[in-house]
Amino acid sequence: MTPIPSHLQLNHQGQLRHFLTIEGLSRELLTELLDTADSFLEVGERAVKKVPLLRGKTVCNVFFENSTRTRTTFELAAKRLSADVLNLNIQTSSTSKGETLYDTLRNLEAMAADMFVVRHGDSGAAHFIAQQVCPDVAIINAGDGNHSHPTQAMLDMLTIRRHKGDFQNLSVAIVGDILHSRVARSNMQALHTLGCPDIRVIAPRTLLPAGIEQYGVRVFNDLRVGLRDVDVVIMLRLQKERMQSGLLPSEGEFYRLYGLTRETLALAKPDALVMHPGPINRGVEIESEVADGAQSVILNQVTYGIAVRMAVMSMAMAGQNAQRQHNQEAQHATDH
Amino acid sequence: MRLTIEGARVIDPASQFDQITDLHIDDGQIVATGTAPLGFQAQRSIDARGLIASPGLVDLNVSLREPGRTRKGAIDSETRAAAAGGVTSLCSLPDTRPVLDTPAVAELILERSERAGHARVFPFGALTHGLEGEQLSELVALRDVGCVAFTQGLTPMKSNRILRRALEYAAGFDVPVVFMPQDPEMAQGGSAHEGATAARMGLVGIPETAETIALARDLLLIEQTGVQAHFSGLSSARAMDMLADAQARGLRVSADVAMYQLLLCDEDLEGFSSLLHVLPPLRSSHDRRALRQAVQSGVVQAISSHHQPHEQEAKRVPFAASAPGISSIEVLLPLAMTLVADGLLELPALLARLTCGPANALGLPAGTLAQGARADITLFDPVEASLIGHNWISKGANCPFIGQGVPCKVTHTICNGKLVYQA
Repeated sequence: MTPIPSHLQLNHQGQLRHFLTIEGLSRELLTELLDTADSFLEVGERAVKKVPLLRGKTVCNVFFENSTRTRTTFELAAKRLSADVLNLNIQTSSTSKGETLYDTLRNLEAMAADMFVVRHGDSGAAHFIAQQVCPDVAIINAGDGNHSHPTQAMLDMLTIRRHKGDFQNLSVAIVGDILHSRVARSNMQALHTLGCPDIRVIAPRTLLPAGIEQYGVRVFNDLRVGLRDVDVVIMLRLQKERMQSGLLPSEGEFYRLYGLTRETLALAKPDALVMHPGPINRGVEIESEVADGAQSVILNQVTYGIAVRMAVMSMAMAGQNAQRQHNQEAQHATDH
Repeated sequence: MRLTIEGARVIDPASQFDQITDLHIDDGQIVATGTAPLGFQAQRSIDARGLIASPGLVDLNVSLREPGRTRKGAIDSETRAAAAGGVTSLCSLPDTRPVLDTPAVAELILERSERAGHARVFPFGALTHGLEGEQLSELVALRDVGCVAFTQGLTPMKSNRILRRALEYAAGFDVPVVFMPQDPEMAQGGSAHEGATAARMGLVGIPETAETIALARDLLLIEQTGVQAHFSGLSSARAMDMLADAQARGLRVSADVAMYQLLLCDEDLEGFSSLLHVLPPLRSSHDRRALRQAVQSGVVQAISSHHQPHEQEAKRVPFAASAPGISSIEVLLPLAMTLVADGLLELPALLARLTCGPANALGLPAGTLAQGARADITLFDPVEASLIGHNWISKGANCPFIGQGVPCKVTHTICNGKLVYQA
């Protein structure tokens, strides 16, 4: 009825033209993305950190939800690719005057934007824009509702690959509020696609979505069982409002049962990585000593985030350009 | 006008009549089947060889949007769309602006629909003032101007105590109450069936128990008060079981399901098309199978359109932010005919669910071709394929079936003896 997401985000040659979700993308494409990001990491280490891949292109960061880290790393990534960057925080802008998402983006498109990096509170917002609003602009999903956060997943994958080599023999645990986490959903899909054989999710039942088994994961309610001998621990942020909606009794009980502490981390492999998409709640889901400890790669994730976003932006822009050229040629052929 | 329909396969499920013959109409009434009455001279005849003549369809759940929400739909456009879908009688929901809780609003709807003349409207009144769930509407006054039943729609009563009183009051005057069970707390914030698809899409789920908890409560109060009850738009397999149990216990309860619920399920949401955002939500393929079985077995007597037209902007937003509902009345019969093509129902049984089934559920004077009945007749070609969306009429183009081919074409709709639609 409607095109399935994986087709929507690929061009006629199977290249990325929007980046909306991990779902439906091939292992080859994800690997290409990681390889490209690896090459951009070196750019970040150079004295002159710029490459001209997006010179003359305009990238709009359109954020309908607050974010510092994600928006900043997208901005840095676009600038390192030599793009012109426009940042819009829409919460304080037009939509409060009643303008619709559709009209806001059509207006930006009319300003000749080539790429939208969009964060929105509604699941499927990025799909909606790519499908119904601006199909000719490359749309990068910077987080939509509880649905998807594909660049975060890819920077998590890059972190794991750079520290562990590959995914073939890994055990990875994702801990905490899976139900409300777009990061968890995208990570489960990315790990699955990249061939990770043992993906575990660890949470109380109230924080697990229905049908979690579909992701090919093992579910644990007990952190102390689930963490045993894992290679990677991905902690998720716990929002305070979960206590009010009857999902959890208290922060204290959550920390006692699911908090990553030196004691619980000791159950994992000695060289296990500790990851977190940020911002972290010290003493709510993770102990300070663990967040700052030797096994933590939380700050590396931020650094890799810039490289991954450069990779995504350059690949999507190239794919979108190829599609546009293809469409023009097809149009030309029918005109004659 | 005197009209003869010649050579159609005339199917009247109400009288179990199924024969290739002629139908004679005079002054808005069916005067004879087969041989014309003595001295009858048709002023007009329709060559209906190869066509089916059915009683005009009776649709128990339609939002006309007028008065007050005419950007979405209007009485004239939506009843015209109904005629194109083979519908000659429809029940309109009271969620207009203002809400249909006074005789004046009912009269306005009846007058305008009569003036439009495309289909007969049987309005549902609001069970409570403003649909606020607190103060009973004047049920008798509303009944006396033509409201055939009362409903809260999906909006809840303030308390079970008030619901019980409302049902008792309605039972005392023998007016039917139409239930659309949904526990608002259980459904809060949700936009899709709680299950694997919603989980993957990051959509907040509406659990099946949002429906079944409310249904269980409603069934208990129906039993206690003895009110005549009809359930509209049930969506879950478990609800079908509960309904069958209640009927087996001898409770006076009938039900309709939305046509689109028999064709779509939550897996179709993949891709986030806001056209598929409906309430109650499209449930699992297991639920859909149970709904189809209940229609087949007769636990569900009626198939309705649950027509909810919307303006373009209401759907041109991300999924959960979009207004729920599908504009579907003008494809009710073509979509329903896919159930015959699927082998779920024989043609007469399908037509029963679309004509006498719904009419009997609420005691409406419609849905039969018996001699003396009002001449509401739908003629259709059961084999000619047609494309949905060609010459779209409803103000709401929010129909996910547009562009699909269907194995049926409505050729003529006759309402009160007048030809109101011709393909």
